Amino acid sequence: MQQIENTVKPYDQNFTTMVPTGFVKFFRTCLIWQFIRFVIINFKMIRVVQKSH
Amino acid sequence: MARLVVMGGGVSGHTAATFAKKWLGKEHEVVVVTPNSQWNWIPSNIWVGVGQMTKEDVVFPLAPVYKKAGIDYRQAKAVSIHPEGKEGDDTPFITIEYTGQGKEGQTEEVTYDYLINATGPKLNFGATPGLGEGSNLGEHTVSVCTADHAAHANEELRKVFDKAKAGERQKILVGTGHGMCTCQGAAFEYIFNIEHEANKAGVRDNLDIKWISNESFLGDFGIGGLHMKRGGYAASSRLFAESLYSERNIPWLIGAHVSKVEAGRLEYELLDGSTGEEEFDFAMLIPPFAGVGLKAIAKDGSDMTDVLFAPNGFLKVDAKYDAGAYENWKASDWPRTYQNPTYSNIFACGIAFAPPHPISKPMSSPNGTAIFPTPPRTGMPSGIIGKAVAHSICDMIKQGPDAKLHEASMAEMGAACVASAGKGLTDGTAAALTVYPVVPDFEKYPGLGRDLDYTFGEIGLAGHWIKHILHHLFIYKAKLKPGWTLIPE
Repeated sequence: MQQIENTVKPYDQNFTTMVPTGFVKFFRTCLIWQFIRFVIINFKMIRVVQKSH
Repeated sequence: MARLVVMGGGVSGHTAATFAKKWLGKEHEVVVVTPNSQWNWIPSNIWVGVGQMTKEDVVFPLAPVYKKAGIDYRQAKAVSIHPEGKEGDDTPFITIEYTGQGKEGQTEEVTYDYLINATGPKLNFGATPGLGEGSNLGEHTVSVCTADHAAHANEELRKVFDKAKAGERQKILVGTGHGMCTCQGAAFEYIFNIEHEANKAGVRDNLDIKWISNESFLGDFGIGGLHMKRGGYAASSRLFAESLYSERNIPWLIGAHVSKVEAGRLEYELLDGSTGEEEFDFAMLIPPFAGVGLKAIAKDGSDMTDVLFAPNGFLKVDAKYDAGAYENWKASDWPRTYQNPTYSNIFACGIAFAPPHPISKPMSSPNGTAIFPTPPRTGMPSGIIGKAVAHSICDMIKQGPDAKLHEASMAEMGAACVASAGKGLTDGTAAALTVYPVVPDFEKYPGLGRDLDYTFGEIGLAGHWIKHILHHLFIYKAKLKPGWTLIPE
């Protein structure tokens, strides 16, 4: 994963896209936060599975 | 005693056969005809393709599992269906040609009372000259569609990494190898795994990695994209996907039909009619899918393939095939029971059923070249459909041919998808997505076509852990280990 300044260049293809900040990237791999998300995502996926059967 | 014959032992066929045998018991017979000796958890082929798993990690032999279940297993490919039997005998049958069990090349007739077509697709590499999986079929590109293909892809990828490590700049292309491909999700996952492994190997700076696909916008995934709640907005999957590519410095070429592949270069045509070429040192391009080429033969020996199958080789089911232009499409066009309209004892599930039309909006270049994703029918929907079809047939056998059929429309079913980047438990991330319904219903959910309470996506380690769990859970289930029926499809 690279820093914004290394990947996004003015008026390049990716200049108009949404790019994650360091804050967002930190929480993507923060173990405590991700454990909470793990529980929540599992719950959401089970709801979709239940609704699909 | 009734006999159910299931053609195909992949996710859908295996699910249908194992549930049917469980529900029918010893009173009735279930036969599985599949040319493969092993079951493959296909989503993990991606990890095989980057060397994070071996082929052995994602496959297991089918014979002992079917023996334990009491299923009659024939390692053979189905060649033709004879739904009216033959002269002097009305019993329907299929002809098969063995690919294993010491009977290679032998042919046989297998009679049936009920038939499920779950053959999956033919990987149609021949649709694009030069496209292939590394063998004599096509030596210029690789594939991750089977475990063997993925293992080979990893060998080729390592050569590119070695050259990059030695200071040689290398170009990697990943995406779709034809204008009418599906399974963009597999290529999407593969490109991010390559990028992750390149970083780990310290060679990313010497690699140019590029995406090329037939999607008209990034994040289409063959389902016309999706929206999810994000920051108070209903945000398009396009934003989500573009963000992932930007973050990893991967440029993209979309709306592209790859028309020709040669050693180290390919030619393409774009939706605007322009043409171009790309050079590459390594290319993993998903092939288009077609039916496996089964023939249907009438009682008098004449060919009636067009009665049973759509022109693309997939089996006709209870779908609305005359919906016409995109503007006329409805969620109700999609099949509910997967029963063939001509022969009520024939069903299809998984990729083998003929969809009524694509999900993504059809587009073509000014030259008339069709460039749009065809509809995915893999993963969770494929398992759910297989189970519903098995349930219907079991009821028909036990209650009579007029039993109420079970329904599993893709317009009323969701799908969960986890696309990883890396395999480590603390250093990888994954995009975890759910979509409901798979086929958008613009009448029920005007505007976006989907229920935003059940459609979501996020990136992080949590999705990565789920991917690991799914790998072990579904292989456990497919091996019919204790409690397998409790694990949902």
